[in-house]
Amino acid sequence: MKPAPFDYFRPTDVTEALALLAEHGDGCKILAGGQSLVPAMNFRLVRPAILVDINDLDDLGSIRSDAARLSIGALTRHAAFHRPVAEGPLGLLLSKVARHIAHYPIRQRGTFGGSLAHADPASEWCLVATTLGAEMVATSTRGERSIGSPEFFKGTFSTALAPDELLVDIRLPAMSSDWHFGFYEFSRRAGDYALGMALAAVQLADGVVRDARLGIGAVAQRAIRLHALEGQLIGEKLSAPTIDAVARAASASIEPTGDIHASPEYRRDLIATAVRRALAEAGA
Amino acid sequence: MAERRSIILNVNGRPHAVDVEPRRTLADVLREDCHLTGTHLGCEHGVCGACTVLVDDKPIRSCLMFGVQAEGKAIRTVEGLADGDSLHPLQRAFWENHGLQCGFCTPGFLMLAAGALQENPDMSDDEIRDLLASNLCRCTGYQNIIKAVRLAAAEMRTRPRE
Amino acid sequence: MNWIGRSLPRLEDPTLLRGGGSYVADRIGKAAAVRFVRSPVARGAILNIEIPPGAIVFTGRDLAAVKPIRPILHRPDYVAIGQPVLPVDRISFAGQAVAVVVADDAAAAEDLADQVFVDIDACDAIVDLELALKPGAAAVHPEAPSNVLVEGRLATADFDQAFASAAEIVTLELRSRRQSAAPLEGRGGVAAYDAATGRVTLSASVQMPHMLRTGIADLLGIAEAELRVIAPDVGGGFGQKMSLFPEYVVLVWLARKLRRDVAWIEDRRENFLASAHGRDQAFTVRGAFAADGRLLGLDADLRSNVGAFSCYPVTCGVEPLMALAELSGPYNFQAYRVRSRGVTTNTCMMAPYRGVSRPMLTFTMERLMDTAARRLGLDAVEIRRRNLIDAFPHRSPTGLIYDEGSYKQAMEIAVEAVDLPAFRKQQQTLRAQGRYLGVGISVFSERTGYGTPAYAARGMDIVPGYEIVDCTMDPSGHVELRIGASPHGQGLKTSLAQLVADELGIDPQHIRIISGDTDATPYGWGSFASRSMVIAGGASKLAAGKIAVKLKSIAARLLEADADSVTLGDGWARVSDSNQAIEIGALARAAYHRSHQFAGITPGLHENAVYDPGGTFSNACHIAFVDVDIETGGVTVDRFVVVEDAGVLINPMIVDGQIAGGVAQGTANALYEEIIYDEAGNLLTASFADYLLPTAAEIPEIEIIHLETVSPESVTKAKGVGEGGAIGAPAAIINAIVDALAPFGIEILEMPATPQRIRDQLRRAGVVSHG
Repeated sequence: MKPAPFDYFRPTDVTEALALLAEHGDGCKILAGGQSLVPAMNFRLVRPAILVDINDLDDLGSIRSDAARLSIGALTRHAAFHRPVAEGPLGLLLSKVARHIAHYPIRQRGTFGGSLAHADPASEWCLVATTLGAEMVATSTRGERSIGSPEFFKGTFSTALAPDELLVDIRLPAMSSDWHFGFYEFSRRAGDYALGMALAAVQLADGVVRDARLGIGAVAQRAIRLHALEGQLIGEKLSAPTIDAVARAASASIEPTGDIHASPEYRRDLIATAVRRALAEAGA
Repeated sequence: MAERRSIILNVNGRPHAVDVEPRRTLADVLREDCHLTGTHLGCEHGVCGACTVLVDDKPIRSCLMFGVQAEGKAIRTVEGLADGDSLHPLQRAFWENHGLQCGFCTPGFLMLAAGALQENPDMSDDEIRDLLASNLCRCTGYQNIIKAVRLAAAEMRTRPRE
Repeated sequence: MNWIGRSLPRLEDPTLLRGGGSYVADRIGKAAAVRFVRSPVARGAILNIEIPPGAIVFTGRDLAAVKPIRPILHRPDYVAIGQPVLPVDRISFAGQAVAVVVADDAAAAEDLADQVFVDIDACDAIVDLELALKPGAAAVHPEAPSNVLVEGRLATADFDQAFASAAEIVTLELRSRRQSAAPLEGRGGVAAYDAATGRVTLSASVQMPHMLRTGIADLLGIAEAELRVIAPDVGGGFGQKMSLFPEYVVLVWLARKLRRDVAWIEDRRENFLASAHGRDQAFTVRGAFAADGRLLGLDADLRSNVGAFSCYPVTCGVEPLMALAELSGPYNFQAYRVRSRGVTTNTCMMAPYRGVSRPMLTFTMERLMDTAARRLGLDAVEIRRRNLIDAFPHRSPTGLIYDEGSYKQAMEIAVEAVDLPAFRKQQQTLRAQGRYLGVGISVFSERTGYGTPAYAARGMDIVPGYEIVDCTMDPSGHVELRIGASPHGQGLKTSLAQLVADELGIDPQHIRIISGDTDATPYGWGSFASRSMVIAGGASKLAAGKIAVKLKSIAARLLEADADSVTLGDGWARVSDSNQAIEIGALARAAYHRSHQFAGITPGLHENAVYDPGGTFSNACHIAFVDVDIETGGVTVDRFVVVEDAGVLINPMIVDGQIAGGVAQGTANALYEEIIYDEAGNLLTASFADYLLPTAAEIPEIEIIHLETVSPESVTKAKGVGEGGAIGAPAAIINAIVDALAPFGIEILEMPATPQRIRDQLRRAGVVSHG
């Protein structure tokens, strides 16, 4: 299973990379971690004429945090998140989620930005970006722009990125220490793509929810942020009945996809379980 | 289009000058251009891990990296694990604990464990098991592989770092 | 020093650990790359094949002189189907090789294959086992209008009586879904052409090198001497690599046609599409039980999906006829009526996969026992006590003779080892907390080491079974053992060395086993069906034994002692009750260089022996503990216990490795692995992302206890053991899931018991997924 032939460029800076993308547009693919792209190329499911290898663009691999947000360079490897990259709940959340992504060797190469640009419905980082309201910063020879998660993720393997755009940075809102989170995903084997997953983050004051983020993934064309249910949680304590009601509602609110690994009905069940377990963990 | 490139790969401390198409994976370059066939191909889609090698000390799936990407990096394969006649503790532990049967997945497991233990010599038993879930074996049922890696890790902790 | 019974680290390992293994793909050298163009549809007429100009491409028309692969069973109910190595007229399964291209390297060959356009007039495929049997279903092959390629029937005289007198009749419809052995190394071959002689040497990843040579030579119409087949290091087989595949025939044909070296290494997708599958079976059984739980009789309708073609040489009869013959397993009843059919469909062909029909028949009998126990108010262990065979030799309803075994003892020891009462308490406590733990048991027999009689009884045209071993001790006292068995991970070279070391009194490191090369080994049948230790081991022991006799005679002459008083050990020949001794190396030298001194003893130390036993049954009891998440349907195997009796263990560490590997595959059979075709016959699970092999996280530690029943049926006193883990584990795990879900009355009769299937049943039983 060898890939089809291609021309290969490895730019040494972002300007060079953008020039290549501007010139070749649709005809090229960006090679970051390669953990999703290269298998597809080996199967000849995709046959880019040109590969632009961005792994030498060191500028894109750094993480910066300030009071307002955490900025994650697109080329940051999943493995970088094994240890918390920031103080407080956000760092811990990212660390916990990272360990669910595939396996150790994949995490050495796969990148945060690569996951988002690939937009697999079962991608954990896509769920994080959607649920926490990430801003994706993309750049091209035409300039830089910031894309919010609702606009960024369009569908299965489909984002708002134009063919000449390079995703460079992802910004997540900072989380104060009174935020608590929970994450649950169900997969057939360790490291497999989730068949259903949920991310819950709540800001608690005396056990009462002041603010909430709730998202589900692996059940539709893209991750879904459950705005209405977030509103339902505000002012409540995370009691079992409250959590159950939200889980039931989450399950009822979606039309899940079906494939050989999970039927729509089964995914519906899984979402109820995932939401319940994620919220229970957040409230623990 | 797709012309061959002349690159020099640093494999097990030695330079290999090869002419390869960009589309040739690191696995194929190692096997066919560097003539180091210890790295095996079980799936070519990044699931089985039989092709695992170390690139700059990190275990990666060489079927998911192109040879041209590995220029300037330190590559280590199973052929570079032993120290001359002396087997690496992982190799010895696999031998003594029947950690291999057909041997096809073995180089991948050895390099996975070697790389991960180099980064974190104090991995717990559970962490070792999670790590070893990265690769597939069809013959052993895994328990002897887990046992071998745990024993080797313990031995490596008592030895000075290589 | 005794070598038998020692867990000697394997002699094979250092080379493999250093990355020095030599598998087929490592031996390509300068060979041209071969790639097959494969049909994208499951069924249809081939209209045209468009070939890019100037390309080296061959189709069925070019190979018209090559005979089709047509394995034969001499039975009236067997329909022989020929598999063309490259079809001319029609496609029979998706992935079938239709054309072959040759290029400089694998990537270029793939580029070229992409440019070959096969124009097919596709028509509806027959994919499902039961649909293929429906009256009016289209015929996959014109020779078999009913889609039944082989059928066996049997009814014992006492059958009606047994059912008439039953207190309880338990009827079950069970389903095993399709599996693939999925060895980590796929198929592949390098055919090297010797310009000087015209001879081809085919190195291939196979389990039966001699059989491959015979088969290819027959189809190409050449003498076997024109072809040498070598099985180098083989990365797993599990039965998948014991059949003759058309690709190997084409490869040798190409080498001869082009007069050059050619290499074909399949990729993972091809392995899933076009090698061999197994266990796509549906069994309907009715068990007639007395009120005290004794099984009085069994009525069975067994259906096996054998795919588009019949595997060579064992034929598509292997699954259906083994199921018919061995369904009774370790249970004591004689009334039996059975109909077993091998059904053809437009899917990849079936071939043996570790255990063949035994995982499914064990699943069937063990579910039957558990179900009957529940209905009759008996304990699951007690019902088995009342039904397991315990007097030997035992004759099964189909005439199989079971030699001495420890069926009941193994179960008692297993039950004792796991402390069931304590588990039941824990189970009850946890149920109150919403956690569902379960325990399941399976008891089974494993038919092993059977020679020609068993295969002849099936009516096979090519009757495997015996093994011939050549044993030579050279003048330095080192030994070369040439065997026809063909190891692919079993550590045979170590265990045989241990066996022969004990026989000859030398160190195993001084024994070299040569296998897998038709130029260098006697004709043999390779390694499959848990036969190598019993049969090749038996022949090795006999051949080495002959050399031992010679060594002792020579020692006796030199030391002027009685040959009966000479013993061999630690590299020395010693006369008992004296301090007279002579090095074995010295004896060897004398045998070759001083032969004139030994009147009546032939020069040299070169003997061979043949072993062709009737077969011996090993047995085991498996107990599985599971934890079922009723919200997700996910199953965790918490603990797995095996009590196994395989007679004398030559190398216990190697035996345990075989059991552990088998249990892992059996666990996968019960929970994870499923080959799925859509209605049109397209394969949906053609990669490791979709066909789920378990990882280290899914397989628990397996606790193994050994019993040792010595049977006269095996000259080494070892019984075969390679398949047992895969045979018993699925039943134990499914039984455990049913036990875990007993509060909900869930029955599980299908494997794999995927989380979705379990969850679907729970939902139907009203168990919501949250709250």
